[in-house]
Parts: sequence; C-alpha cells; structure tokens
Amino acid sequence: MARQLQAGWCCVASVVRRARLLVVLCLLSAAPIAALAREGDEHFGLPQVKFINEQVAAGWSDAKLKPSEPASDQEWCRRVYLDIIGRVPTVKELDDYVADSSPVKRANLVGRLLGEDYVDEYARNWADVWTTVLVGRSLENDNVNRSGMRQWLRRSFSKNIPYDRFMTDLVTATGVNKAGEKGFNGATNFLSGKLEDNGIQATAKTAQVFLGLQVQCTQCHNHPFNKGKQNQFWEFNAFFRQTRALRQFEGTRDVQAIELVDEDWAGEGGNASQAELYYELRNGQMKVAYPVFIDGTTVDPTGYLPAKMDDGTDYGVNRRRALAQLMVDSPLMPKAAVNRVWSHFFGYGFTRPIDDLGEHNAPSHPELLEGLGERFREQSFDTKELIRWITLSYAYSLSSRIAKANAADDPAVGEKPKFSHFYLRQMRPEELYQSLLTATEADQAEEKGEKAARKKDEWLAQFIIAFGTDEGDEATTFNGSIPQVLMMFNGDLVKTATETGKGGFLDRVATSDMTNAQRIDALYAAALARKPTRKEIKLANQMMVARKGDAISALQDIWWAVLNSNEFIINH
Amino acid sequence: MSVSSRFFDGMSRRHFMSHVAGAAALAAPATAFTNSILANAADLKKRHKAAILLWMGGGPSTMDIWDLKPGAATGGPFKPISTSADGIQICEHMPMMAKQMHHMSLVRSMSTREADHMRGRYYMHTGYVPNPNVEHPSYGAVIAHELADQVPDLEIPPFVSVGSGSVGPGFLGMSWAPFVVDSNGNVRNLDMGIDPTRLSQRLEMLSAIEDKFIGEKRGASSDDHAKVLSKTVKLMTSDQMGAFKVMQEPKDVQDRYGNTGFGRGCLMARRLVEQGVPFVEVDLGGWDNHADIFKTLSDNKLPELDKAMAALVSDLSERGLLDDTAIIWMGEFSRTPNINGNGGRDHWARSWSVAVGGAGFKRGVVVGETSSDGKEVVTEPYSAQDLMASVLKSLDISLETTFTAKNGRPMKIANAGKVIKELFA
Repeated sequence: MARQLQAGWCCVASVVRRARLLVVLCLLSAAPIAALAREGDEHFGLPQVKFINEQVAAGWSDAKLKPSEPASDQEWCRRVYLDIIGRVPTVKELDDYVADSSPVKRANLVGRLLGEDYVDEYARNWADVWTTVLVGRSLENDNVNRSGMRQWLRRSFSKNIPYDRFMTDLVTATGVNKAGEKGFNGATNFLSGKLEDNGIQATAKTAQVFLGLQVQCTQCHNHPFNKGKQNQFWEFNAFFRQTRALRQFEGTRDVQAIELVDEDWAGEGGNASQAELYYELRNGQMKVAYPVFIDGTTVDPTGYLPAKMDDGTDYGVNRRRALAQLMVDSPLMPKAAVNRVWSHFFGYGFTRPIDDLGEHNAPSHPELLEGLGERFREQSFDTKELIRWITLSYAYSLSSRIAKANAADDPAVGEKPKFSHFYLRQMRPEELYQSLLTATEADQAEEKGEKAARKKDEWLAQFIIAFGTDEGDEATTFNGSIPQVLMMFNGDLVKTATETGKGGFLDRVATSDMTNAQRIDALYAAALARKPTRKEIKLANQMMVARKGDAISALQDIWWAVLNSNEFIINH
Repeated sequence: MSVSSRFFDGMSRRHFMSHVAGAAALAAPATAFTNSILANAADLKKRHKAAILLWMGGGPSTMDIWDLKPGAATGGPFKPISTSADGIQICEHMPMMAKQMHHMSLVRSMSTREADHMRGRYYMHTGYVPNPNVEHPSYGAVIAHELADQVPDLEIPPFVSVGSGSVGPGFLGMSWAPFVVDSNGNVRNLDMGIDPTRLSQRLEMLSAIEDKFIGEKRGASSDDHAKVLSKTVKLMTSDQMGAFKVMQEPKDVQDRYGNTGFGRGCLMARRLVEQGVPFVEVDLGGWDNHADIFKTLSDNKLPELDKAMAALVSDLSERGLLDDTAIIWMGEFSRTPNINGNGGRDHWARSWSVAVGGAGFKRGVVVGETSSDGKEVVTEPYSAQDLMASVLKSLDISLETTFTAKNGRPMKIANAGKVIKELFA
C-alpha cells in the first residue's frame, strides 16, 4: 500500500485519490487547521501519522462528516496518560503539560510516556491489557499462573520486544509456567491451560488473538457463513500436537506448576514420519489432517522434532516454530495487531469484534488497516512506534464533544466508526484502580510489582462472571451496571481513597497552606483534570458550611462526589 | 436538570429520606422484616406476571433428560420413568420432577443452528443470531421492560440474574441490565455507613458534575451513568432488598430446595417473584460434558437440578404464584446423539428439548418429536424466536410490540417468532 501510494503518479486512480485527499484537508473547518498550523507540522514529521490523517479524513469526506474541535490540553493529557500508562495524570504532570509552550508538546509528552521515565508504568499497563487478552481475568484456572504470565509480559513490554518476537515467544513457549521454579518461562501461560482435548482451545485462541480468525465453530463443521472449513481447523490444530503440558502436583490435588514441552509425536496413525490426526465430520465419517497453514502452505508432516541424523543431515520439524514463522509472514498478523492497538486508543477498531478479520466482516477503513499493518511491519513491529503514530494522529486529538456535523458518527448504535470525534468509554477496571491510587497519591506507598498486581487481581475478582464452559468464557459486571456503582459508592477502594486519617491524601490537602478554594481546585485537577465551575464551587462552599468548618469532612464529601462522577470514570 | 428528578427519579425528597431512614431497619430483628415482606407479597402476588428462566449453561444433553431413546445406539444408559402427566416419560434420575410434570410441558422439537457457546447463549437469550452492528435485548430485559409498569412500587432491579451474567439489555439500555447476585443473595457494598443527610448532600454535589458532563453532549454513556446512579440510590435505601436474603427462609423450606447453589438460587427466585420482580434468571452450569457424561449426570447434575426445580414448581403452585409465573428451562443447545470416544457428547443444536410451564402455558403436554436415534426433528421444528414468542404470550405480552434499535431500525419483539400453538389451550 505504501509503495503503491508513493508510485501513485503513474496510476490514474491514485492521482484521483490523492487529489481528493487534498480537497478533504482543505474542507476541514478553519479552527482545527489553525490549531494544526500553530503546531508547525501537523504530522510531527512522521509519514505514518500523515498516512493515518489522510485516510481518516478521506472517511470523513466519504461520509460527509466534519470532525469535532480538538480536545483541550487538559482533556488530551488525561486521555493519553490513561491510554498509554493506564492511569490519570498527577496534578503536576497535568500542569507541566499545560505550561509547555512547545509547538510539538504533544509529541514531547508521547515521547516521555514511551520513554525511560515511565517504562515501569507502561509495562504494567500493557501487561494488564495482554493478561486479559491471553488468559482472561478469572483467577479460577489452575492451569494458568497469572503471576508468571504477567511477569513475562511486564518484562517484554519494558524491553519493547518487537511484536513478531513477542508473538513467536508466546506461541512456541516451552518451560515451567510458575516464577521461581527451575526452567521458568512465563510465556508458557498463554497455552498452559489450553492444551486439553487435543489443544482445541490453543488452536482457536491462537488464530483469534494473532490472526483475527474466528475458527472455534469450524472445529465441528464448515462455517455456515464465512469461508472457514472444518479441515482448516484441524490442519491448524495439527501444529500443536507435539506439545504437552506436564503437571507438577503439590500434595495430591493442587496443580503446582505446569511445564510445556515439545516431544516427538507418533500421530494418531502411529507413523511418526507422517504424523496425522483424525477428526469427525458431522455425518460420522473420519477425515485425516496434517499441519497446513490457513493460506494453504503445507509443512513436512513428520512428527519428529528437529535433530541430526547419523550422517549429519537435518531432519524433523518443530511444528509450533513452523507455525509461528508462517504467522509472522502472514498479512493477517500485522492487521490483527494494529486493529487491536487502534481499538485500545479509540474504543473501536476497524472491525467489530476486533479479532474477527474474516471476509464476511468488512472493516470500516480497509486501506488504513492494511497500510498501517504494512508500516508496522516495515518498522520491525515496534509497538511503541505504532502507539506514537496513533496517539499523534489528528483523530486522536479530537474532542469527545459531538458536533452537529458529526452526530451521525455513533458506533454505539451500530454505525461503522468514522473517528470524527473521540468516543466515550468507561475506564477498564485496572485503569480505575490505578487512577485512584494516583489521584490519592497512594501509589508511592503502594508495593511495587507482583505483590501490587495480586492485590489488584483480588479486587478485580468481584466483577468476574465465569460462564462455566470449556472455553473459559467470562464476562464482567464492571460495565456501568448497579454493582459497579455500589462498589464506587461504598466499596473499600473508594473508602480508602476518601479516608481522612492522619497523613492520608485528604489530610495532606486539608492541612496544606492552601485556601479552601485552592483545595477544591486541587481535588478537581487530580480527578477530572479541570477547574470546578462556578456552580460546583457554590455547592462545595455549601458543603463547607454544612460540615460546620470541619474542612476535611467537607473535602471528603466533595472528593467522594468527584470520584463517583461519570466524568471521572469515563475516558473522554 | 435538578437533583430530585435526576437521582430520586420522581420520588420526593421526603419520600427519599424516609427510605434512607428505613435502611436502618436492616438491623431490626429478622422476623419483623420477614413479616413485612410476606405482607407485601400477599399484596403483590395477585397483580403481576413474572418469569423465571432456569439457564443450563454449557448445553445439557436433553436426550438424557426429557426425550430418552432407550434401546437406540445413541440412547445412553438411562431409563425413562412415567410422570404425573399422562403419557410423558422423563429420565429416571429426575424422580421428583416426575411428580411435577403435570405443571410443565416439553417441546421436543427445538431445532437451532448455533452450536458455539457464546453464539448459542446469545441466540437462545435474544432470539437473534449475533450481529456485529446491533446488540439485542435478552429475555430478562424484554420481559422486565414490558412488565415493569405492573409493579410501580418495585425499588429493586426488575431483572435479576442469580449466578451467571445472563445476556445484557442490548439497545434497551443499561437501565434494563441484569442485576447479578450470587446464590447466597449477598449484594456487595450495600452499606453506606454515613448518615442520610450527608449522603443527600453528596448526591447533590455529584449530580452537578453529572449534569455538566451530560450537558456537554459527548455521547449516551454519560447519561446512562446517571440513570444507573439513580437506580442504585433507590435500591440502597429499599427494604425490598430483604428479598435477596434467602437464608431467612425457614430451614425446612431451604432443605426442600436443596443445599446447593442452584437450590438457593431457585428459592431466591421465588422470593424475588413474590416481591414483584418480573424476571429472574437462575444459572446452573456444568453441562458441557465432552467426556464421561453419564456419571456426571446421574451422580451430580441431575440430582441437583431435580430437587431444586421440583421444589420451585411445587412451591410456586402451592403459593398460588404459578398461574402468573412462567418457568423456562433451557441451555444454549444440546449434545450430540453420538457418544464420543471419551464417553461424552459434543455440541448439538439440530434436535433438542426445552421445558416450560406456569403462567398461560398449557400443562402436561409434549410438543413435537425426534427420530428414534434423536438426530432429527420429525415434526415441525421450532426456533429460539418461536420459544421466546410463546413465553411472551404466556405472560400476555403483546407480540405486536416493536422496539426501535439505537440505529433507528424497528425490531419486532422476539424477532417475530411464531407462537408454538400446542402450548396453549
């Protein structure tokens, strides 16, 4: 795609398209253009940002939409902290950003959030996101060691491991899944709980997460309305058949750890040089399958692992390694990756659900999806660069206030997203948890690393509903429903955040040498990244009166109200 | 918008305060509390319809429960037994339900196409196949929405899900979302711990922030948040919350339902229906029996189901609630007639059974028939939407109702399913 555009001068269609893009950019309302001009280069010198801006703008023009105004500095700052490092900014971080007069202040902040200063928080946030993707939120699964999974993810993200290696490490992992054990490799947790029943879950989840293919139905039959065929499921499944999960028990029952190993596999037919499996058609007929990738690429069907023969020649195949390489080379892999990351920042991906890129499910911006994927590959799958492009895009800078000229752009009612304004979305529970720690300055006192993460897991458990199926499906009541509001009203987390004990956050605010007005300002900045309105100040003052000069109790009431608001919990 | 209209939802401030004061009664002796609930129930039960969905998560093998095929290669080891309904036989491991079958009917000719858990769960709950562009409302949301007017004094959520998450309210909005509780009836974080005056001052402050954000027109979720806040305040201060306290039932009643999660869930469903809740879903998972199915069913799943379901049906009948309360027993699909190499059955949607009873349903009849090996429906097949339409009819909900989805498209209630006429007199 990139090459096509660059070579576009000799292609009529491309020339027309380019001309149209120019028109579109000229049609943007004057104010945003002025804002862009103030920043000098509206693409921050990044061709990938330029590409995103042009593609998204083309979508606006096609749909006859105009984008909203850009978000305020405060709004944008809160948003980018939440999305990149998973928490709201501190008052100081907010002030620093607002005070920065550089024309490229946005690029500077993104650079800082992706840099050394925030590497631990960045890694924590993305480890949370990916733990949920890879093993879900439930604590119930004995075959997964969440702590091991998260430690591996945190290390991968703190080192910014390229995405192709990240995926390969997960798909090919061998070793023990629990930290502290000999041979520990936390990456094994992705598959450690998915190898039962001949690895059906490993097959379905690998295809879904990394290729955006929904194959779980084709285990039993050809897909009723896409091109998925039953043989493809089992040919994909064949890649996992050398892999075994060995359980180490503690006492008699409790699984202590799981070791993933690859072993020579004789196949269900007993001939290891042609190691095959059988599956059953709906009509009861048995069929045979060998490892074949979804694009039809075949792999040597031997069940032997790689080794040297006596005469020095190589033989054997590590099927998972072969699969990982085919996935890295597949055009679906970068598309699935950029779709996931895009949806993290915009609330919606280019397809719904984001992990279904099948032909029956047309994306909202096919060229952008394709082109962004190609650029991700060209950039050696550098996830931080992808995040930089997305967060510096013009669409990401827009206000969440809906304008008349883009009211039709509402994916919540089922329209395809056009990204003409920022879409509201509730914080993930992990983001809320972390934001409350930050807003009350409790993060400094908090234990770091795994101990803190386990505490968070336990808190999260109250929201998880497991459906009790073999696939480990789950849902959450952290979805804007009554249990969530009750938790915010009366739960321990907010109780702690609003406690008035000596040395706590509210106590420090109350005993500082600020005026009452400044104290109220401080609470608003910490939680909402804005100043209170006149009406809010009036109500706050009434609260001071009602508490009869007991300032800390009044601050507690105000703080409780602020933390319980839609504005706090909704990323806007 | 003012505080009172936003948060107290039509209740006057004084009314609200009296409820807050009433919350102190939570500490009052349990008997007084129970008495007031019983009085309420007597008052309410003649006036409203309700439905209880017994959701069998994982996909129960209905040819081992409701539609046995003794002697067939696919039939499995279980034997059929006769029941209190003429001509209806069910599984030998359901002896207590066998005595209640005159209250229930079976549809043995369900035939659907969704054999994936999530898709099947969605389809059976909504009557629609999953669609990336629109979220459809589930049974609970539709029925609560349609019946809420019958119980204007209800202060607790009209759609309660015990044990599982059910399926959400879709385009009807978060106000109709399931209120999920565990089977012990514990609702977390219910205690305010501050005095009512102070709470109302906090709410006033909160309301100002909510209103400002909503006024900035950023999207529907800011408004939804305020609506759910209002419902939460109502619930927190309601003595109707006592209906969840299943442990307050006399011991013999608890024993009758069985000391299991599902048993307590069914008992809670009866209490909630008495209180006026129009829809309760009770979850019994563990039916995804890909291996060793018969031992699991006979030793574990069926005894738990049998005891609780039989207690629910007979208890509702004895209390005069059954004629107004529909019962629906179903899972997302059933299991393959062929028994697999692990002694289990896999997913199967083509031919299976559901059980219904109560409300306007005809009792003690069997609708439809499957072939001798259980693999085909040999009579007219019925779909999720047909079943849903029939349940709505049993509750006197008009099938002419049309909703408007968020995208403006009209959506016929129950996806325009056709009523299974044999289920009605």
